[in-house]
Amino acid sequence: MSVPFILFFLFALASVAGAIMLIVAREPIHSALSLILVMVSLAALYLLLGAEFIAAVQVIVYAGAIMVLFVFVIMLLNAGVEQRTNLSKMAPYAGLPLAVVLLFGLAHWMAHSAIGTTVANGVGAPTQTAASTRLLSEMLFRKYLFPFEATSILILIAILGALVLARKPE
Amino acid sequence: MEFVAQHPVLVVSLVKIAVLLGVLMTALAYLSWFERKVIAHIQSRWGPYYVGAHGLLQPLADGVKFLFKEDLTPPAADRFLYILAPFLALSLAMTTLALIPFGPSTVYIFGQPTQLVVANVDVGLLFLFAITSIGVYGIAIAGWSSNSKYPLLGGLRSSAQMISYEVSLTLSVVGVLLLAGSFNFNELIAHQQGYYLHFIPRWHVFPQIVGFLCYFVAAIAETNRAPFDLPEGETELVGGFHTEYSSFKFAMFFMAEYGNMITVSCLATILFFGGWLSPLPDSWTWQQYIPGVGLLLTAVYLAYDTVRNMSGIGRIQLTVVTLLAGGIGLLCLLPAVAPVIQGPFWFLGKVFLILFFYVWTRSTLPRMRYDQLMSFGWKLLLPVSLLNLVVTSLVIVWPYLVKHG
Repeated sequence: MSVPFILFFLFALASVAGAIMLIVAREPIHSALSLILVMVSLAALYLLLGAEFIAAVQVIVYAGAIMVLFVFVIMLLNAGVEQRTNLSKMAPYAGLPLAVVLLFGLAHWMAHSAIGTTVANGVGAPTQTAASTRLLSEMLFRKYLFPFEATSILILIAILGALVLARKPE
Repeated sequence: MEFVAQHPVLVVSLVKIAVLLGVLMTALAYLSWFERKVIAHIQSRWGPYYVGAHGLLQPLADGVKFLFKEDLTPPAADRFLYILAPFLALSLAMTTLALIPFGPSTVYIFGQPTQLVVANVDVGLLFLFAITSIGVYGIAIAGWSSNSKYPLLGGLRSSAQMISYEVSLTLSVVGVLLLAGSFNFNELIAHQQGYYLHFIPRWHVFPQIVGFLCYFVAAIAETNRAPFDLPEGETELVGGFHTEYSSFKFAMFFMAEYGNMITVSCLATILFFGGWLSPLPDSWTWQQYIPGVGLLLTAVYLAYDTVRNMSGIGRIQLTVVTLLAGGIGLLCLLPAVAPVIQGPFWFLGKVFLILFFYVWTRSTLPRMRYDQLMSFGWKLLLPVSLLNLVVTSLVIVWPYLVKHG
C-alpha cells in the first residue's frame, strides 16, 4: 500500500461521505458545508493525478468563491430547518434496487473499459506536472480561443442580466 | 526504522513540519507581546512589564490563562460547527506556511542537500490563494454556529469584507506573475536577482509599486486588521464573530489572525521584496557575518540593560536571554552555519519589518466605517489594481507589438 493509494481512498471516501451528507442534512448550512467538503476532496484527487493547476483552481473558484456566496446567502436569509415530506412509497422498492444495479453496472464498466483501466493504472503515478499550467494556457488561448472568449462574453451577459433584474425599480 | 528508510521524503517532511510548527507557535506568542509593546510605546505607555523582565513571560501567562478559563458553549449553538470553526481557522492559517520558502532552494545541512520549505509546489501561489480562500469559512461558521445576534452580524460583515478584498488581493499580484512568468515561489524570487545601477536590488516592488500598495491594503483588510477590523468592532458588535467564544477556542482565533498576518507578510516579502535574497551586493562577502554580529551586539546591549536597570528575578531572566542571544550569535558566526542562516535571516528580517508596519498602522489609523470600506474596496482598490494589470501587460507586450505590428 503506497501513500498515494491510501490518500486516494481517504479523499474518495470523504467526497462520497460529503455527497451523502449534502442530501441527508436537514440544516441548509450543513448541506452547503458538505458540498465544500466534496469539492475540496475532489481537488485533492486532482492533485493525486498530478493536476496541480486544476486542483488549485477547483478550490479557489468552487470552494472559495461560489460556495462562500451560498453560505453567505443562507446566513443572511437565516433559512430554517428543512421540512420533510412523506417519503415516496416507490423509493424502497424501486429506487434502492435500481441504485444497486447502477452501482454494479458502473463498477463493471470501469473495470473493463479502456478509460477505466487507464485511470486505474494512472492512480498514484502523477503525470508530468511542470508543463501542465503552460500547456493548459496554450490550449485555452490558442487552440480554443474562440470558445473561451465566447464563454466569457456569455458570463458577462449573465452578470449584466442579474444586475438589471436585481436593481430596484425607479 | 524500516519505514524511515522506505519513505525518506515523508520523514524529512514530517521533521520540517515539526520544526516549523514549533517556531511558528513561539513566533505567534511573541508577536502578540511585540504588538502590545510597540503600541504601548507609541502611546507613551510601558505595555506588558511585570511578568518576566520587560514582560517577556507575558505570552506564557496568557497561554496558561486561556487554558484554564472556563470553556463555555452557548446552549443554542450548533455544537459540531461551533467546535469546528476555530480548528478550521487555525489549521488553514498554519497550512499556508508549508508553502513558504525560507531560504535558497538547496542548502547543505550536515552535508545533505535540503530545501528550506515543506512543500515546493509548482503552482505555489495558487495553492496559497486556494487555502486562504477557504479561510473565510472559519469566521463565517463561527458567526453562524454561535446562534447569537452579534456574532452573526460580525461573521456576515467579515465574509463580505473578505470576499470583496480577495478580488483586489489576487489581481494586485498578477502584475508580478506577468513579470516573472511563473507561479512557483522559487522562480518568483530567482527573477528578482541582480541590481539596477549596480546597487538597487531588482525587487518587484520598484516596477510594481502600485501593485504592492494595492496588495498591502487588500492584505490588511483580508486579515481583518486595523483600520479594517470591522468584524470585531467592539463598540458596535461587542467583539464580532468570536463574541461567544471563550478559553482556548478564542485563543485559536487569535492565533489564526496572527498566523494569517505572518503568511501575508511572507507573501509580500516573496512577491515584492526579493524573498530570501540579500539587499546587499553579492561581492560584499562579509555580509554573511551580519546575523551573528547583529545578535552579539544585541547581547551586549541586553547585558548593559541587565546590569543597569534590572534587579532581583528580572536580572536572572534577562541574563538568560542575553546568554541565549550571545550563544546563537556565536553559533551564526561558525563557517558551517553562516551560509545556511543567510537566506532565513534576510527573509525573516523583511517579514519582521512588514509586521512592524502592520502594528504601526494599527496604532495610528482610526477604524473605517462599513460603507466606506465597501466603496473603497470596490470603487477604488479594484479599478486601480485592474489598471495596474492592464498597464503591466501592455508594457510587457509592447516590444512584440512594435516588432510584429
